Amino acid sequence: MSQRFFRLPSVRPSLAPWTYGFIVALAMWIATTAYAGLGSAGATVASALAFGAFSVVVGTGQMLVVASGPGNIDLSVPSVLTLAAYASMTVMHGSDGLILPGLAAALALGAGAGALNYLAITALRLPPIIATLAWSFVFQSLAFNFGGEATLKPPAALAGFTALQVGGLRVMPLAVMALTLVAALALRRTLFGRRLLATGQSERAADLAGVRVGRVRLLAYMLCGAAAALTGFLLSGFTGGAALNMGDAYLLESIAVVVLGGTSVAGGQANAVGIWGAALFFNLMGTMLNTFHLQAGVRFLLTGTLIILIVAIVPRPRAA
Amino acid sequence: MIATAPPSTAESTRTAISRRPFLAVRDARKHYGAVQALRGVDFAIAPGEVVGLVGHNGAGKSTLMNVLAGTVQRTSGDFSVGETAIDAWSPHRAQGRGLRCVFQELSLCGNLTLAENTRVMHRALRGFGWRRRAGDAIRRTLDAIFPGHGIPVGARVADLPIGARQMAEIARAFSVTDEPVRCVILDEPTSALGHEAAEQLLAYIRKAASEGVACILITHRLDEIMAVCDRAVVMVDGQVTAERPIHGLTRAALVGLMGTIEAQHDRSREPTAAPSGAALVVDDPGRGPGDLPIRAMAGDIVGFAGLDGHGQRERLRALYAGGRRGPRPVAYVAGDRGTEGVFALWSIADNLTIRSLDSLRRGGFLSPKAEAELARTWAERLKVKAPSVDTPILSLSGGNQQKVLFARALASDAEVIFLDDPMRGVDVNTKQDVYRLIRSEAAKGRCFIWYTTELEELNNCERLYVFREGRAATMLSGAEIGPSRVLEASFGGGHD
Amino acid sequence: MTDATTTDAVLAARRLGLARRPWLRDALGVGLPAVALAAMLAVIMHIRPTAMSYFGFTLLFKLATPLVFAALSQMLVITLGDIDLSNGSFVGLVTCVTALFLADAPVEALLLYVLAVAAYAAFGLLIHVQRLPSIIVTLGMSFIWLGLAVILLPSPGGAAPAWLNAFMNWRPPLLPLPIWIALLAALAGHLVVTHSSYGAVLRGAGANPRAVERAGWSLLGIRAAVYAAAGSLAVLSGLALTGLTTSGDANIAPSYTLLGVGAVILGGGSFTGGAVSPVGTVVGALTLSLAGSLLSFLQVPPTWQIGAQGVILFLVLAGRILVAEKTP
Repeated sequence: MSQRFFRLPSVRPSLAPWTYGFIVALAMWIATTAYAGLGSAGATVASALAFGAFSVVVGTGQMLVVASGPGNIDLSVPSVLTLAAYASMTVMHGSDGLILPGLAAALALGAGAGALNYLAITALRLPPIIATLAWSFVFQSLAFNFGGEATLKPPAALAGFTALQVGGLRVMPLAVMALTLVAALALRRTLFGRRLLATGQSERAADLAGVRVGRVRLLAYMLCGAAAALTGFLLSGFTGGAALNMGDAYLLESIAVVVLGGTSVAGGQANAVGIWGAALFFNLMGTMLNTFHLQAGVRFLLTGTLIILIVAIVPRPRAA
Repeated sequence: MIATAPPSTAESTRTAISRRPFLAVRDARKHYGAVQALRGVDFAIAPGEVVGLVGHNGAGKSTLMNVLAGTVQRTSGDFSVGETAIDAWSPHRAQGRGLRCVFQELSLCGNLTLAENTRVMHRALRGFGWRRRAGDAIRRTLDAIFPGHGIPVGARVADLPIGARQMAEIARAFSVTDEPVRCVILDEPTSALGHEAAEQLLAYIRKAASEGVACILITHRLDEIMAVCDRAVVMVDGQVTAERPIHGLTRAALVGLMGTIEAQHDRSREPTAAPSGAALVVDDPGRGPGDLPIRAMAGDIVGFAGLDGHGQRERLRALYAGGRRGPRPVAYVAGDRGTEGVFALWSIADNLTIRSLDSLRRGGFLSPKAEAELARTWAERLKVKAPSVDTPILSLSGGNQQKVLFARALASDAEVIFLDDPMRGVDVNTKQDVYRLIRSEAAKGRCFIWYTTELEELNNCERLYVFREGRAATMLSGAEIGPSRVLEASFGGGHD
Repeated sequence: MTDATTTDAVLAARRLGLARRPWLRDALGVGLPAVALAAMLAVIMHIRPTAMSYFGFTLLFKLATPLVFAALSQMLVITLGDIDLSNGSFVGLVTCVTALFLADAPVEALLLYVLAVAAYAAFGLLIHVQRLPSIIVTLGMSFIWLGLAVILLPSPGGAAPAWLNAFMNWRPPLLPLPIWIALLAALAGHLVVTHSSYGAVLRGAGANPRAVERAGWSLLGIRAAVYAAAGSLAVLSGLALTGLTTSGDANIAPSYTLLGVGAVILGGGSFTGGAVSPVGTVVGALTLSLAGSLLSFLQVPPTWQIGAQGVILFLVLAGRILVAEKTP
């Protein structure tokens, strides 16, 4: 969707950056299926979609922050996720009737955390990487202390929803796909989306073009916090409760899926659909390497190599 | 080889200078994609010669300078230094041959001190005591060029005012450690210098020339060319169109060679009297003594003049920031297109509509149809040359990009429009189109606050504030507006 | 003297305070974390006066040494305006290599260190040549280092060579070892980055690469050299850490990445390029490692300690803003 924004002088047939994740994911799926037999093909995809959905929700929030300008990044995502999971578990107390208040509590907490992040960035003039890191320490402590009874089970209806299947299709990934489409539409067709991308390309130009860059960034961080919180809410339903380390995996992964999904770390260019490709790539690679009985080290090595390769060969939009 | 270069010793008085060129290019060409910045330039300079390089913005002067300096690789053409034909050229090799440059946008590192910046240029400044030697080298040159400069060499460049930075950069180019200086290229070296410092520089250039140093002086100030150069080279559209010895050349003839249309004084509108009544733009007057409050009303075109960097832009920004908080919509046309104007990843349409998105919503979402319509209307009105409004903005020429930025402001609901020296590097025809548009929009009741560094543009204004040392020091209106009055006020003649 | 010469002189005089004494601002940048450090020490001494001894300091700063080196490594990369997210996992890899090979096969171990440093430099080249964002490339690198470390040593183990252990537990005269090392590291960093002629070029390249390139320097060479130096410092960090823990662990140091960034920023550095202070970075690293000890001394419950570290980070950085606003 962003391809019409730029042309590259290169003669290389340039596939859109966000397609690379899907292509690699597809290659991995084929490799896994070839090894393990056709019978497992469906299950492999289903599980990649189910786990990938969580990465996508976190990644979509991170995307908004990354797109809001060079240097913008939210490292507090894992601790916000964990804290929100505990908060919503506490609010719901395992009762189906309190699911909505629980969701609201999680979202409010996430948005508040995002606002605190942005406040630290502007008021203390800190680089986002430091400000969000320091907050993540604080949020992590809060989760430790106010985690409540770690044994709280999610309400049955929530757990049911996250695992719900209709006609063999899981509902939650579909819901997250709808969310992706909303995000894609918002980027292109709403004031916020347009202003976010303007701010990301050049804060000064955006300011002089009448964009309230402060508000735009604040909203980006709040939405990012809310997305992390939503993930925590859903994930605790999916895995049967909150856990202290439940967010850890999402720190680096949220950044990686955003970048591999075609969003530029230089800011001003975002791709919501591509996140799915990158998230599937991550999850299918895990499955593939498990199928091949390769150890965890190889998996990390391959992940890192692919991240660098993809970033190095994917054509990027570049201001002349 | 350096050994074959003419000796730069005392024997070379001006008449005894060998006319064998120190540096020569033949049929030099430079393309940036489809854009031809140089289309076959022949140029040579002899030791001890001072050559003035003149031409309009975008004529290729800076490109030629970059090719000579090795910071840009030529696409084709012969290049020789001394007797040697040069194939690959780089800043490092250029320096080895004693070629130095003063670039238009300053090339000092703001986080370093003057001495440290001197070190960056001189490889010989290393080892024990380098800091002291670097400080001595730059101080010596500063003292020689700008006696009484008062610049501390231990100061960090970012802490120095712009004029001092420019002096420092010039001095650095002339500073000597191990290899002698043989040729210095100066691109608009006096743009931020005061009158006396500029005079000092010109005198020093003559003195250096008498010692065998060749100088290429690129400047818009033709009087400086007339005062100091042996020869003038005129560039138009990437080609050298004329070369004349200064001796026997008049300023008017030089202007004629550049193909300049002398600014016509079509003061189409009567000057307004001193402002009274309700103003659209009101500036807080408490900025210290000697600072005038800025006033502008609907239909006004108010100019900000003065030497570059004397606070015009800062005031413009402050007024814009104030205006955004106020009840009346404002818009800003940035002059520094690359960093403050265009959104590089976007099309013409996206760039043009960003200021007007509020009015383009249909049912909560932006309407692509309404966007395209607005973009087309204004792209046509400003005669933006592009296949369609979906063309990426960066594929446009600088002048057309600037038109899109104008269109962004004019298409909006803004009643007050701030212009931040927007016509730099824009061709004459575009300028005339835009001037007309500004005047007609003002006639419809919009108010323009216009900061410009091009004196002729001030003729479009009915009232001027001339800035000096960060303050709006002088107000001129109507018939008082003229280059000499403006310059006088810029330099503060007779004020302190 | 009239005209702009006067203007310049007047303006220069106005800014005299700092323009003539740039070191003063540097001192302020370093001073703040130093004050924080002193304040923390004072609190600790107040609570437990016995801590103010050779032995007490040895314990308090025991874990500072590897962090000092990791932070200096990070600082070099930040000098160029880049960031290194792989620093911590690289230190983890070095502990694995050290614990596995250094005792029995020192030549192979050295060869591996050299290879690792060369790889660091190569990634620096890749970032420069392809103009890639360092944050993503180093993110990828962090997975690569972690993967290699896990392949080498799937679970924590191995053994540090006895001499390394002995060195890290050595009790030098006058001051405890961690303090000596911090002093020497700060001095060396100051001499190389702040004081030397090449340091000036390096800092210039971070702030205004174009200007340095125009002055005839190769940015490519500078970037490769900086990444290689950063890798070497990270190797030192890993060696020190192995000496302290006596074993290798792929996952021992991921926090060094961000603590290192924190130390650089605490020490007055910024991401704008060229604005770093080695002395400040060392003090920042000491401050961050002491913060943990302080919180134990204050009997802050373990669950609150990490949050309190975040708050300390905010407090010191907020102080920096206050200082910056007081000085023009």
